[in-house]
Amino acid sequence: MKQAYITTTLRLVPPSCKTKKKKENTSENLAMIEKNQKIKKIVGLVFVYAFLAFFALIVLFPFYYMIVASFMTQQEAYQGALFPELSSVFENIAYNYSNTFERLDFMSHVGTTLIVAVATTILQLLTTILAAYAFARLEFRGRDVLFIFFLTTMMVPGELLAIANYTTMANLGFINKSQTYGEALFVMIVPLIASSFYIYLLRQNFKQIPNELYLASKVDGKSDWTFLWKVMAPLSSPTLITIAILSFISSWNSYVWPNRSVTKPEFQVISVIIRTGSLTVQDEMGNWVTMLPWQMTASVLTVVPLLLLFIIFRKYIMSGTGRSGIKG
Amino acid sequence: MDKKNKWKAWLYLAPVLILMAVFTFYPIISTFIASFLKDYNNVTGENSGFTFYNYQYVLGLAERYEGSGVFFKEFFSLNPAEHSAFWNTMFITFVTVPISVVLSLAIAILIHSIKPLKKIFQTVFFMPYVTNVIAVGMVFSLLFSQFGVWNRIFGLSTAWLADNSATWGGVMFVLCLYIIWSALPYKILIFLSGFEGIDRQYYEAAKIDGAGRFKTTMKVTIPLISPQILYITVTSFIGAFKEYSSVVGLINRSYSSDQNVQDLYTVVYWIYDQMSKGDWNTTSQFADAAAMILLFVILIFTLIELWVSKKKVVYR
Repeated sequence: MKQAYITTTLRLVPPSCKTKKKKENTSENLAMIEKNQKIKKIVGLVFVYAFLAFFALIVLFPFYYMIVASFMTQQEAYQGALFPELSSVFENIAYNYSNTFERLDFMSHVGTTLIVAVATTILQLLTTILAAYAFARLEFRGRDVLFIFFLTTMMVPGELLAIANYTTMANLGFINKSQTYGEALFVMIVPLIASSFYIYLLRQNFKQIPNELYLASKVDGKSDWTFLWKVMAPLSSPTLITIAILSFISSWNSYVWPNRSVTKPEFQVISVIIRTGSLTVQDEMGNWVTMLPWQMTASVLTVVPLLLLFIIFRKYIMSGTGRSGIKG
Repeated sequence: MDKKNKWKAWLYLAPVLILMAVFTFYPIISTFIASFLKDYNNVTGENSGFTFYNYQYVLGLAERYEGSGVFFKEFFSLNPAEHSAFWNTMFITFVTVPISVVLSLAIAILIHSIKPLKKIFQTVFFMPYVTNVIAVGMVFSLLFSQFGVWNRIFGLSTAWLADNSATWGGVMFVLCLYIIWSALPYKILIFLSGFEGIDRQYYEAAKIDGAGRFKTTMKVTIPLISPQILYITVTSFIGAFKEYSSVVGLINRSYSSDQNVQDLYTVVYWIYDQMSKGDWNTTSQFADAAAMILLFVILIFTLIELWVSKKKVVYR
């Protein structure tokens, strides 16, 4: 590294340049140049921070507005007020939140969403660990071909899979008008467990664990099974946490598949219910109007848990996403 | 390895293999086959043999009922006035991808160039990634309501969404803004992690060479993260081509007041919409054909990525 540095230095200071500099470098000039450069640098920095701050505001504004609009009266939200009248804030909060919880039957949908998210995450972790271990440590015929095949399936759009899975589930009798709660849960969880992306992520991690550990545990007479759970899994815990968080977030946010495959509104997950649930009231004229602050309250209740997760697990989420090949 | 391991490995793989066989491999094959079957019934499996009709019908090249003279324009039509799913999707793709890639690159370069507050900016710009598309879409629809914040700030009274006077152009404007907003964080993150991989030597060399900040960015930074730029561009094209949830979050089904009419299809929206229709059992082959077209487009983009990355991109 050092060598490369020296060679570039030599190449970059040709003699002609040196002589030119000698002429100009009177002390006065030097001071002027330095001052000019300093001013230039400060102006540049101001511009950079202003640019970033401007876009940061744009990024944050929808979050800000979602929260304050859930503190507003219908009138204020309708007229695009930037903040609520302070005197009535607490009254509005109580009114908006209690109505939203009640109207959407929010807690029961959160319950369903949590069951789906936790079950999917746990089952996904288990199957991923087993498969990644087989691909990283065990030898069997066709391993590499199978692994490449797994990777290729990441390219196939989920939409294509959803069509056929919908038909499969319907033909198996899990999607119909008289769907039970158990069937709804089964349909929402099972098709989404296997993930070639997470298997790929964990396999790369398992591969980095030195082979000596494996051989040592073999000498100790430990089985593959014990080695996997006592050595490999604990050593890969950062990747496992990353997978768990990303998996949980994506099931918390899942909209498309539950919306199609669950036939009864009372079994729906929150993403679906906040869009389709009824948050309307009748005004004096007898027209049904959507209560905007209630809609925003529903958004807050969906997004804030995610933001909390993000704040706690920022490192894991960002590192996992940075390594990801595919979004969503 | 001893022989015992060989069957053991399959035991470890069994759960994933079984799930994938049913929910990944089988769908790929069955969708492919069904897209070429005429009058396919997905419950009984009955059909009247091989055909290209499903593709022709979806692409508006064949009539639904022979001799009716009515061609199907909902999914594919190159006439902008017909606002087909394909046209809408192309519009979204070619507006949002270039803007979001350039903007995220600029933001990433600037974040990378500062020291104080760097972590805070990194975190803030990543926030839209960890949100719910539907929930934030509803927030955007409130911001762009007729008396909403946007119109108040700019002194407008445009009806952007959910109104009978809402126009396709207005909705597209809001939709593209929303998509760009939600597309930035992932790209910024990838670019930033790309910058971290650049050897400091290059910057030192450029400094000694007397290159200014701008020149260093253009001649050193950007060429060195060209793999990331290529990767982001290709995945953005694929992502934009699959745009769906943002439309639902923003307008639900319709941008006019009548929420029962679907008037802003995207390719994926159209495919999903078929599933909720009553005659799904006998019309699923059209959605299959559309999904195969989607897969084909993604395949082409992926191949372009592989081809270009071999030829043009600077690798360290």
